[in-house]
Amino acid sequence: MNDRVALKPGKPKPGQDAGDEEDFVERLRAGDAAASETLVRANIGYLLKVAQPIMRDRALAEDCVQEAFINAFRNIESFEGRSSIRSWLRRITINVALMKLRSMRRRDERSIDELLPDFNENQCRIEAPWTHIATPEEIVENADTRAWVRARIEELPENYRVVLILRDYEELSTLEVAEQLEISEQAVRVRLHRARAALKKLLEPALRGESL
Amino acid sequence: MSPSTLQKLKGLLKGMMFRHLPYMISCVEFDDFISMYFEGSLPRAQVRVFELHLKVCRECRDYLTAYQEAMEVGRIVFNEPDASVPDKVPEDLVKAILDARTR
Repeated sequence: MNDRVALKPGKPKPGQDAGDEEDFVERLRAGDAAASETLVRANIGYLLKVAQPIMRDRALAEDCVQEAFINAFRNIESFEGRSSIRSWLRRITINVALMKLRSMRRRDERSIDELLPDFNENQCRIEAPWTHIATPEEIVENADTRAWVRARIEELPENYRVVLILRDYEELSTLEVAEQLEISEQAVRVRLHRARAALKKLLEPALRGESL
Repeated sequence: MSPSTLQKLKGLLKGMMFRHLPYMISCVEFDDFISMYFEGSLPRAQVRVFELHLKVCRECRDYLTAYQEAMEVGRIVFNEPDASVPDKVPEDLVKAILDARTR
């Protein structure tokens, strides 16, 4: 079993032979059971981490990952090797998650409006002075605070959360996100800005160094 | 003049300055440019007015600093292993996937 293959995003790392991955993909195409198991074991944890914040539910994230692997096995012939196999699996997982979200009834969500910046009648921003702002390093050093931040990200309404994840965290381009979500690039920009603005408001207690 | 009347007057003058002086934009317009500014797709002329507004508006300056910090905190936390997703391979899920593959 070739466990060295692997399956990380991006180009092969130094010392990792791209030929290894080609051989591995050939084995998958031939229906090699051991290669299939290696593929699943090497990527399942990573793909759960991709799906979890999109779905906000462990069981749904597991459904997505299962469906993604089944799609991948079914369509292994279409894998062209232009990206690593892990990036390919990640793309499939995101597609499955987005499809699933579309088909689900949206949960009760808070409105984005209450999280957007405030302006007065003169079109001037209303922003309480920042006498102190904690650094990102200070904020993330505590595990409880990190969990709190993660919960705030998951609190964002779906349309905005998904754009934030794909654009800022998965680092897709504006065009790629637009294609993925079948919306215009301008709509991506608007949703992204609103998502970031809403996240800023949700994270304010931590940024201001207040107790959470 | 009471402090609140003075505050209102200052706000009014600031709003007028941003809306009527050349190369000035309102905080609402500034807000509309933020996404394209970070993306690097804002035309050069608009970058100049964006940055000028940043120099003269304390509220937008503070806002943008906190906005960028929130982006960074989100990025760091998101890219860290999520404690709610165990690193241990979920055997039941692996089995379900492999069983489905052979069906």
